[in-house]
Amino acid sequence: MSSAAAGSAAGSGGAAVEFRGIRRSYGSTHALAGLDLALRPGELLALLGPSGCGKTTALRLLAGFDRPTAGQVLIGGRDVTDVPASRRDTGMVFQAYSLFPTMTATENVAFGLRMRKVGAAERRRRAGELLELVGLGDRGGSYPHQLSGGQQQRVALARALAVAPTVLLLDEPLSALDARVRVQLRDEIRRLQLAEGITTLFVTHDQSEALAIADRVAVLNAGRLEQVAPPQEVYGSPATAFVAAFVGVVNRLAAVPDGPGRVRVLGASAALDGPHADTVIVRPEALTVGAADGVDGVGEPGTVVTRTFLGAVTRLVVATAHGEVTVDAVTRPGLPDAGEPTVVRLDTARVRAAT
Amino acid sequence: MTRGRRWRVVVLAIAAVYFLLPLLAAAEFSLRSPGGGYGLANWLAIVSDPVLLAALGTSLQIAVVTAVVVLALVVPTAVWVRLQLPGLAGVLESATILPIVIPPVVMAAGIAFVQANLGGPVFPALFASSTTALTPFYVILALPFAYRAVDNGLAAIPLRTLVEAARNLGAGLPTALLRVVLPVIRSAVLGAAFLTLALVLGEIVIARILLYTDTFPVAIVEVGRSRAGVAVALSLASLLITWVLLLAVSLAGGRRSPADRASS
Repeated sequence: MSSAAAGSAAGSGGAAVEFRGIRRSYGSTHALAGLDLALRPGELLALLGPSGCGKTTALRLLAGFDRPTAGQVLIGGRDVTDVPASRRDTGMVFQAYSLFPTMTATENVAFGLRMRKVGAAERRRRAGELLELVGLGDRGGSYPHQLSGGQQQRVALARALAVAPTVLLLDEPLSALDARVRVQLRDEIRRLQLAEGITTLFVTHDQSEALAIADRVAVLNAGRLEQVAPPQEVYGSPATAFVAAFVGVVNRLAAVPDGPGRVRVLGASAALDGPHADTVIVRPEALTVGAADGVDGVGEPGTVVTRTFLGAVTRLVVATAHGEVTVDAVTRPGLPDAGEPTVVRLDTARVRAAT
Repeated sequence: MTRGRRWRVVVLAIAAVYFLLPLLAAAEFSLRSPGGGYGLANWLAIVSDPVLLAALGTSLQIAVVTAVVVLALVVPTAVWVRLQLPGLAGVLESATILPIVIPPVVMAAGIAFVQANLGGPVFPALFASSTTALTPFYVILALPFAYRAVDNGLAAIPLRTLVEAARNLGAGLPTALLRVVLPVIRSAVLGAAFLTLALVLGEIVIARILLYTDTFPVAIVEVGRSRAGVAVALSLASLLITWVLLLAVSLAGGRRSPADRASS
């Protein structure tokens, strides 16, 4: 994948973390089939993909819990492929239930310092400081079972940061939390990560999470990188069909040539970068519905199949002569209901060639 | 009172009579004085009999050594299997059942037969005292129970995550086991230790076949031949010791943290 190669090459040299030609096979299955990826110092890179795509394998290889079949793992330019997990200097936050149940929050946070032979007074001071940082300054004496899921993950985050690791590893740390806490903690992780300036690898299967807090998103599928790019680019210009389908909802529409550099889609004429494409992709928010007398007076007539209220937007699936298209219309009075005729209109500046 | 409740009370009462009546009868019998009337003579005989006390000491010593050896073998093995060789769990489970399937008498008779044919113990030093001679056998007897107890304890915790979290924070595997895993499975480990103690304090077959007559269970039987009252007092005493141990283990295992109690 050319974009993947470009993404990794950009980071080498001053890379904080680097996967070089990493392959990991379990018998005949290849969890990772040649991963080349570099994290720049201080950046938060989200490793995004469906379950079984190899993202957790990559994280575990970096943490030292697993060994690659081939390839090298570098942290700070040093080859750590053969260095045991306990000496890799990474801080990891697990999915859930990783706090030591018989230790208080303070003891949990201080554990790594204790392993590094830091004195008791200094351990307590630093643990208190970090609990304060994650907003749990008053819960130092609490045991994990006395804390909520969100609080436990905050303590886990404080524990990972306490040892001032070279790289922070987040293994779907929000997946076990309920929606509200998830968003809150997600933003807090980003705030802390920026404040500490710590290089972070964030593994997730939730594209909204990845897009929300990452500097760059690496999309992984079946052990291969599909694209490494800033969130806007991954969303707006997906490098592959997989990325387009996995990151957000996408309409794949047939396009016919309409003069040099232009195609005709859904009754409108749109400019395309690059060579002509038979298929284009259009995000639901680049479409709207309404009377045919709108902008340019162009559009594609159709019938609403389903209407789903999502809050700020209403998602409509409209059957047209070109198949069903998904439209995210800004919620407002007068949107057509299921079974009613309508016209789908396209923001022609947001049409991309499908790859 | 509903019909179901009434039945429950009846069944409970019958069970209580069934279990308690023999104990009460035994207690009554143990309190009879040889000359008629009641007294503590039989109970005092236990503590004043140097042979019995020595036997109790020997058995406790064997029990403790056995428990330590068993735990040292079982805990790291169970953890290792769960972490590194989950495919071997079934094999190990079957292997740990073997000592239950093969009666102790077979094991003891086998070793006695071998020794007789070789004209003496294979390792004389090992068979010189009952502690060193019997402990290996008791370790084998206790292994299945201890392994089950510890493995069940491990099944109930997110073992892999805890060990990986500890390693990620700079702990080697031994430290992770000692500082993180062991405290979490404390009640399971205590349970395994208790099962081992109870087993050793009640084992008589192997000790008698191999002619080590200085253990506590064997002593009870020997005393019973000549002094029935003392033997019954002894049986009750060993039952009490077992209960106290059980109580101690359940208290230690179920003990909640100080902060926990403060908040509840």
